[in-house]
Amino acid sequence: MSVNTHAAGMPRHAASPPPLDPGQRRKQARQVRLGRLDLKMSPYLYVAPFFILFAVFGFFPLIYTGWVSMREWGLIKGDQGFVGLQNFQEVLADANFWNAMLNTFGIFVVATVPQLLLALMLANWLNRKLRFRTALRMGILLPNITSVAAVGIVFGFIFADRYGLANWVLQSLSLDPVSWRGSRWASWTAIAFMVDWRWTGYNALIYLAAMQAIPRDLYESASLDGASPTRQFWQLTVPLIQPTILFTVIISTIGGMQLFTEPLMFNYGAAGSGSGLENFQTIAMYIYTTTFEGNFKYGLGSAMSWLLFMLIIFFALINFLLVRRSLKGSVK
Amino acid sequence: MWEASPLTYVALIIAVLLAIFPIAWSFIVASRDNSSVYKIPPPLVPGGEFAANTQRLLANDQAHFLIGLANSIFVSSVVTISVVLFSTLAGFAFAKLRFKGANALLLIIIVTMMIPTQLGYIPLYILMIQLGWLGSLQAVIVPFLVKGFGVFMMRQYAMSAVPDELIEAARMDGCSTWRIYWNVVLPTLRPAAAVLGLLTFMETWNEFLWPYLVLDGDTPTIQYSLKILATGNYTTDYVQVFTGTALAIVPLLLVFIAFGRQIIGGIMEGSVKA
Repeated sequence: MSVNTHAAGMPRHAASPPPLDPGQRRKQARQVRLGRLDLKMSPYLYVAPFFILFAVFGFFPLIYTGWVSMREWGLIKGDQGFVGLQNFQEVLADANFWNAMLNTFGIFVVATVPQLLLALMLANWLNRKLRFRTALRMGILLPNITSVAAVGIVFGFIFADRYGLANWVLQSLSLDPVSWRGSRWASWTAIAFMVDWRWTGYNALIYLAAMQAIPRDLYESASLDGASPTRQFWQLTVPLIQPTILFTVIISTIGGMQLFTEPLMFNYGAAGSGSGLENFQTIAMYIYTTTFEGNFKYGLGSAMSWLLFMLIIFFALINFLLVRRSLKGSVK
Repeated sequence: MWEASPLTYVALIIAVLLAIFPIAWSFIVASRDNSSVYKIPPPLVPGGEFAANTQRLLANDQAHFLIGLANSIFVSSVVTISVVLFSTLAGFAFAKLRFKGANALLLIIIVTMMIPTQLGYIPLYILMIQLGWLGSLQAVIVPFLVKGFGVFMMRQYAMSAVPDELIEAARMDGCSTWRIYWNVVLPTLRPAAAVLGLLTFMETWNEFLWPYLVLDGDTPTIQYSLKILATGNYTTDYVQVFTGTALAIVPLLLVFIAFGRQIIGGIMEGSVKA
């Protein structure tokens, strides 16, 4: 393909390069051109697949969502044309939407706060001289490699009302069994349990990586100053890995706002079908039912998707500002 | 580094047991008869029914478990190969080749990493209808052939792992850019490419919502098969559901046991750089 391959190979066959006839010269000139073309075009060729595929299946849908969100569009009636912000108004006036919003936030808070605290503790324990280090790390990461659908099924049984493992544990502690889908708090807790089971180990490893980057001598001088391990953890480790904590909070926010499969499988789970859905229907689930069940209201669903997207960006920004401010505070 | 106290070990071992329990439990139930689902306290040792349960599962004509398994292997493999190929190519270009607009293009890639995929699902779905891809595997393969995260990860790795001198030397020897990629860069990127491949394979294997939206019950992926199992007419046969759950985890479990160290390394390294 390129001139250089050929030119470099030639002298090996001939003691001195033979004079070129016009045909060979033309060939060489063509190869020089090809070589330049190769240098110039290759980078674009190599990045092109990403941009072409992303444009069609990533960017276009994103813009299209915005367009669809301003149209009346259903499966049966088809595209009924431009309606402006009517879909957004309809969504904002919909009690089910706000209920789903409450559930999404509720589950997010109930899941994320303990998850990140627990991950911090796990990372702190893992950040020592340990035997079986790899095995322990693999152990806590294991839940993360399993599929949400499978997790949902197993936890559906763990949180079954009768014969469920969770209720069995409660009863062995002489507590009352809980109707896990019957109340808001119970269903939030059960779903938060699934989310945390899957993600705590992953976050712990991320914290561990950040902790290992902290210079040793900071701890040595803290010890000399008489700071206890607990104090060192809260006043040295945690502030120093704050950017990483911000990173995990943002990732958890994005994931939490889109929570779908866990509550869906929880709903289908043992003895749960349909009952108490209003207690734990998330926004993503509501978008799904609006868009892909019954009347296929694409316009409404798209409007909700955009609202959700703006919400995610809004929270990412708030997180960012909060942490930046507290970072500044600690520098002072 | 501090010595770990016995209490640390106890705490960590409890954490690992909690992490393993639901998976182990699904295998235990999968190896016992139907009444074990309701046993209180739950059974903690495997029984001898695994083969019989598997047979019943494979004979289930709604879940199409074998088709789901084959489809998932196919889809995950194609997506993984494509993501690794295109990510290493583009990552190499961004890290080591000079071209106009490179910085702007890289910025676009970083921004794409922040867009939640679900936001595009509705129009993507409409697009699939218009392409006539609903119900066929293209619908779960083609939109996922590239990944911004992959390009970025390979670029970061190639920056430090591939020495400029090596590329210059290859050029002096007359290698075309493609040969440089194939014979010099790709072998150097192999460790990072392997991690990207593993993560992509697992992610694709575990994907639930999109296949569920665009495929139909006759050509499911394995996660879709599980959903059919869990909600279909066979819900009284709960052991079958657990058998499916356990079997769906096996391939990932094998991958994890073989490459767990690299996967952990990849997650930890990626997070420090981010």
